[in-house]
Amino acid sequence: MNDNKKTYWKGIEQLSNDPEFVKNADREFPEFLPINGNSEGGGSSRRDFLKMMGFGIAAVSLAACEAPVRKAIPYVNKPVDVDPGIPNYYASTYTHGGDYCSILVKTREGRPIKIEGNSLCKITEGGTSAQVQASVLTLYDRERLGLPVIGGKDGTWEDLDKEVIAKLRSIAAQGGQIRIVSNTVLSPTTKQVIEDFKAQYPTAQHVVYDAVSAHGILAANEESFGTRAIPRYDFSRADVIVSFAADFLGTWLSPVEYSRQYSKTRKIGANKKTMSRHYQFESLLSMTGGNADYRTRIKPSEEGKAVVALYEAITANKKSDIEYINKAAADLKKAQGKSLVVAGSNDPRVQVVVNAINSALNNYGTTIDLSSPAYYKQGDDAAMDRFVNDVKGGKVAGVIFYNCNPVYNYKGGAELAEALKKVSLKVSTSDRPDETAAISDYVAPDHHFLESWGDAEPVQGYYTFVQPAITPIFNTRQAQESLLTWAGVQTPDYYTYLKNAWARRGVSGNAWDKALHDGILGARSASAGVEGDTTSLASTVTAAAGAAAFAGDVSKASAAINNIKGSGLELVIYQKVAIGDGSQANNPWLQEMPDPVTKATWDNYLSVSPKWASENDVKSFEGKCNMARITVNGVSKDVPVLIQPGQAEGTVGLALGYGRVNGGLVANGRGVDAYPFMQVQNGVVAYQVLSGVQVEVLSEVYQIAQTQTHQTYMGRDTVVQESVLSKYQDDPFAGRHDPKIATWMSEEGSVHPGALSLWKGHKYNNHHWGMAIDLNSCTGCSACTIACQAENNVPVVGRDEVINRRDMHWLRIDRYYSSDADPEDKRGLEIAAANPEVTFQPMLCQHCNNAPCETVCPVAATTHSTEGLNQMTYNRCIGTRYCANNCPYKVRRFNWFKYHDNGNFEDINTPMNNDLGKMVLNPDVTVRSRGVMEKCSFCVQRIQYGKLEAKKEGRRPKDGDITTACASACPTDAIVFGDMNDTESRIYKMLNINDTDGPDYITEKEILEPRAYHVIGEIGTKPNVTYLTKIRNKDIEETKA
Amino acid sequence: MQVTSSVREPLVTGGKTVHDVTEDICRQVEGRPTKSWMLGMAISLATLGIGTYAVFMLLWDGIGVWGLNKTVGWAWDITNFVWWVGIGHAGTLISAILLLFRQKWRMSINRAAEAMTIFAVICAACFPGLHMGRLWLGFYWALPLPNTWGSLWVNFNSPLLWDVFAISTYFTVSLVFWYIGLIPDFASIRDRATNKISKAVYGALSFGWDGAAKTWARYESVALILAGLATPLVLSVHTIVSFDFATSVIPGWHTTIFPPYFVAGAIFSGFAMVLTLMLVTRKVFKLEDYITINHIELMNIVIIITGSIVGVAYITEFFIAWYSGVEAEFYAFYNRATGPYWWAYWTMMTCNVISPQLFWVKKIRTNIAATFILSIIVNIGMWFERFVIIVTSLHRDYLPSSWAMFYPTFYDVGVYLFTFGLFFTAFLLFAKFFPVINMAEVKSIIKSSSLKSNK
Repeated sequence: MNDNKKTYWKGIEQLSNDPEFVKNADREFPEFLPINGNSEGGGSSRRDFLKMMGFGIAAVSLAACEAPVRKAIPYVNKPVDVDPGIPNYYASTYTHGGDYCSILVKTREGRPIKIEGNSLCKITEGGTSAQVQASVLTLYDRERLGLPVIGGKDGTWEDLDKEVIAKLRSIAAQGGQIRIVSNTVLSPTTKQVIEDFKAQYPTAQHVVYDAVSAHGILAANEESFGTRAIPRYDFSRADVIVSFAADFLGTWLSPVEYSRQYSKTRKIGANKKTMSRHYQFESLLSMTGGNADYRTRIKPSEEGKAVVALYEAITANKKSDIEYINKAAADLKKAQGKSLVVAGSNDPRVQVVVNAINSALNNYGTTIDLSSPAYYKQGDDAAMDRFVNDVKGGKVAGVIFYNCNPVYNYKGGAELAEALKKVSLKVSTSDRPDETAAISDYVAPDHHFLESWGDAEPVQGYYTFVQPAITPIFNTRQAQESLLTWAGVQTPDYYTYLKNAWARRGVSGNAWDKALHDGILGARSASAGVEGDTTSLASTVTAAAGAAAFAGDVSKASAAINNIKGSGLELVIYQKVAIGDGSQANNPWLQEMPDPVTKATWDNYLSVSPKWASENDVKSFEGKCNMARITVNGVSKDVPVLIQPGQAEGTVGLALGYGRVNGGLVANGRGVDAYPFMQVQNGVVAYQVLSGVQVEVLSEVYQIAQTQTHQTYMGRDTVVQESVLSKYQDDPFAGRHDPKIATWMSEEGSVHPGALSLWKGHKYNNHHWGMAIDLNSCTGCSACTIACQAENNVPVVGRDEVINRRDMHWLRIDRYYSSDADPEDKRGLEIAAANPEVTFQPMLCQHCNNAPCETVCPVAATTHSTEGLNQMTYNRCIGTRYCANNCPYKVRRFNWFKYHDNGNFEDINTPMNNDLGKMVLNPDVTVRSRGVMEKCSFCVQRIQYGKLEAKKEGRRPKDGDITTACASACPTDAIVFGDMNDTESRIYKMLNINDTDGPDYITEKEILEPRAYHVIGEIGTKPNVTYLTKIRNKDIEETKA
Repeated sequence: MQVTSSVREPLVTGGKTVHDVTEDICRQVEGRPTKSWMLGMAISLATLGIGTYAVFMLLWDGIGVWGLNKTVGWAWDITNFVWWVGIGHAGTLISAILLLFRQKWRMSINRAAEAMTIFAVICAACFPGLHMGRLWLGFYWALPLPNTWGSLWVNFNSPLLWDVFAISTYFTVSLVFWYIGLIPDFASIRDRATNKISKAVYGALSFGWDGAAKTWARYESVALILAGLATPLVLSVHTIVSFDFATSVIPGWHTTIFPPYFVAGAIFSGFAMVLTLMLVTRKVFKLEDYITINHIELMNIVIIITGSIVGVAYITEFFIAWYSGVEAEFYAFYNRATGPYWWAYWTMMTCNVISPQLFWVKKIRTNIAATFILSIIVNIGMWFERFVIIVTSLHRDYLPSSWAMFYPTFYDVGVYLFTFGLFFTAFLLFAKFFPVINMAEVKSIIKSSSLKSNK
């Protein structure tokens, strides 16, 4: 056998025992396989191959499952001033007709996402309103026109310009009349543009009207003082304020400005124990009326008589039987020169008497300044009437509607639409195919104001600027540029035109840059030097101006007023705080903003008094109420009824701004259009109908979507704590309800509820964020609600879901009416008083130190931060809703559905359902998915940003560096946010905090301010949000609960 | 082995012999399904079908298909959960506590009662799952599992987490207890089986039971041990469920009386449900000799006792709400009785407090029709009890601004129907394929045939 033993070699290397061969002899593939790039470890190459193949297959199959690729286009060259993640702020100005607000626009990666107030502005002083806050969403409204429209079809600018110029010239050649119709124009340069246009077309005239006119004030001042102007009011100097149906905090003239001034007179504290006294005489319960100390319900037909009665009580000591007139007169006389009487009436005769009262009280020169008039309303009802008649008479050949919509928002809109058929050239510059644009031959869509250049002169001699924060989204063109083009101006570029115009006024170069940077140019005359005056506007009020002699004919006016008679039901037509005249009706944030008083969303309604409702057997439960048919002069509309405590008997109210036909998918068909009910009385548009109003209750039931359906606070003293000024002056603890818990642990036998706890408490070594809300300053305007919505990507849910009580607002304003019932009568307490006292209470996550929500979450998705925040981790939330149930403040909001990219919410929640709308979303805040809980975070993204900015500069954040969206939006400074560990902070001083450091940190902060309280503090949640008591300037407490 | 006094009334009537017991019980398992069974099954499956649609839509669209809102975050979901858990109390109580107390009358009803318990707990467990906004994550995030998210853990402070432990423990112990009891009976069926499939299936189910004395001895000790384990669970499960409410701050929930009151209520509703089911089973399967009037009467007495405990608890709550002087607490109870949900409150009071008192009358508590109706009324009342506690407390709590109403939608009802479909499908399958009465135990209480011949 041995003989047979042959040896075979694999090759010569084996035979020669080549060391290289021996090394790899035991391997299957001694040579390196080509697939392995490694020079070492050839043996593992097959495994690597398999691994790679496995990974490859897995990766390919995973890639196939991946969500669709999102559009993200990187910069090829990074712009100098755009850093991803870092916001840029641009000063600009919000103007909408005569509505005015100086703003800062926050842009992220080149897109405006948030509007803040501009604190440099001496008029609005950093305040904003809900409409201003919401206007950024209108920028991203995909229903804006993207192209010029020619005869109802998309066209090009060249064609449009060619045709419009040709038609204008032919009209001009034939001597035909041309009209430019607009709302109030605040911009001096735009007015110059119109002048240029008129120069080219001499038959052109500029007709100004306002949807809600202030013709009465203008005419009255012309009669009384010879100047057709609205004076500048200064509520901050008034100790006694009397308003006759002027909703000056909500909708009248310049509510942001007036709210700011008003709030200054309402703030009280250890150093200032006086506040203004506010009388309101009105038919509807307006937001301003809700803030009044004394409120009298009067019919619209009695409004003028009440003014006359007050005049006579002041000048002739004549007693009136209208409630509180005598009292108001006495208070006014005591506060001569420090009082203010205003009226919302559009009747010049009423305004003449108001002027007479103010003149008799020597208010001119202190609280009223005629020398620097305000330009908020320039509409001339008579001129507009002439225009409508001219159109009807076929005298007008061409009309340019400059950013206005008279077919919808002028009283005779329907007639005008009919008559306009006779006009051969109709051009609209509307940004959307609205009611007027729809019947125009040409639509030359204007930019949104955030895409525009411009300026504004809200008050004589005070200028602010508009600069674009984004390049135009659509193929739109600034209306001024359109006018210049049609006027044949050589360089119609409006930026150049504006810059040149200001250069002519002496503002150029650095001054121009600074003006744009600041957004304002101080109070100064346009022709004065470059030096901007930044002193308070109020200081410019001189005695000379005040001395303007009153020359009105009071006796004639009084006599005429006393002849005003109403019969039957009287209708009041008013504006709601959110929707106003309806021009921003396609903005879902505003549609869903609860009305400050009624808490109704998405609709207008016929407000009736509870007495009328019971007489007509109308009942309401959870917003469900009968419909009613209201007929005025043959015009009938079916409207839902809302029972409104505080409404004057014999009156009904209906809001403007609804019933849009061509407003957009969000706005169309919401509510009914109240403009057709407006009438002309004595040559002016009246916002009231004094006779011939018929209301028939229908059996049909309609549910109004209200976010709050229980009206009273049920006498719960720990929810709303309030008192009257006289008591507060005696005892700063007045109105405080301070429940104690009995215990053997203290010598007194009882302690504060927060002092007894299962928990050890928190030690905040670094920051301790807190908020203070002054119930005395809060007017209920809801700017904070919308600011929060914009900042935190809060979804809009629509009418149906509001009816299901699923509104998502992180910050709501609870509105409570007082009740006349005995505190023990629980059923009776549910019914509001006929003329209730009103309390507005902003309610948001209280960031409790002993948070009931934190203990019950099974997955620890809501936890406490080391800085006192109650945090919500959306990614961890599994949606048991236990936290929301256990929240005593009911501020947690659940994502019942997927609100983004969901066809059911497409025309409701536009900011989350189309690519354009989504541009408004704040990239710092997650859009929450279906099935998770969300709530106020104290704007944690702003806190984080502020901390990081401070860290970069190597310092601690200063007070004021970090503030929440609600606090910064508030026009009345009612919300103060800050670090309660920072002894220099406003909140620390405001609450008079005493740091205590017990052995187990049971009490984190002892708050010594007498007015400060925690809502339902007795359950020991120890919130980081503190409220200051509501103090009314009444002589005695009148209501019990 | 078991000594029974000859003067006592026999627990099984009709002079049944040991062989009769086997025949009577196995007949159902071995025979073809009856028409009434098929009809019952068809209805159950139809209900399950409708319910499955509701569950599908709930998962597809979101919790918003229910009628819940920002104020009332739980309504039918947790009401149903607590209701089913309550029903699931009777089985273990009967088999464990009554075993420890040597109540032999339990023997003919414990099997079905335990099966009911298990199915009811399964139905109950649907709700904590389905009520979650994100079930696809919540079903395992709610468990303390090790994970790759660092120290991310469940919140041991949360009563919902305690529920997870309480329910799962209870379910596991009940299931094991029930199954152990089934083994000797499966063996009997196996031994009698004629076709191969039955032999194989019941053979596997009986785990090789050999009937040896040693096996019986072990069987008895295991039963005792499990009874000992299950007894505290009967009390703990509903105690922990009540903590969901008792540890919260909501007026009407924050009540220390809840644990005993919930346990009593659970036994109350559980016995009522056992009665409802047993009265039907007894009739359909002709088991009148095993489940006698005596059984029914004894169970009705338990219902009077527990119903009265519940009634006292309701009144105590009211008294304390007034006596404590806590405004919100008082209003919560005042509102229950007189507010917009007064009808729910008074339905609860009538069904739970007044109607069981009828059982003081012997004629009523020994009347089958009356018992059947009242057993259903009791469970309606107990459903309303949970609805009243959950919805009327939440809908008007501390801040009147948030007060709201809750209106159920089709999907609220649909998911409830889903659990009904599930329950009855499972129970019908059990009734057909499993021995509904514990043959092995019942045989121990049969009076011997010699006694019978002596008569």
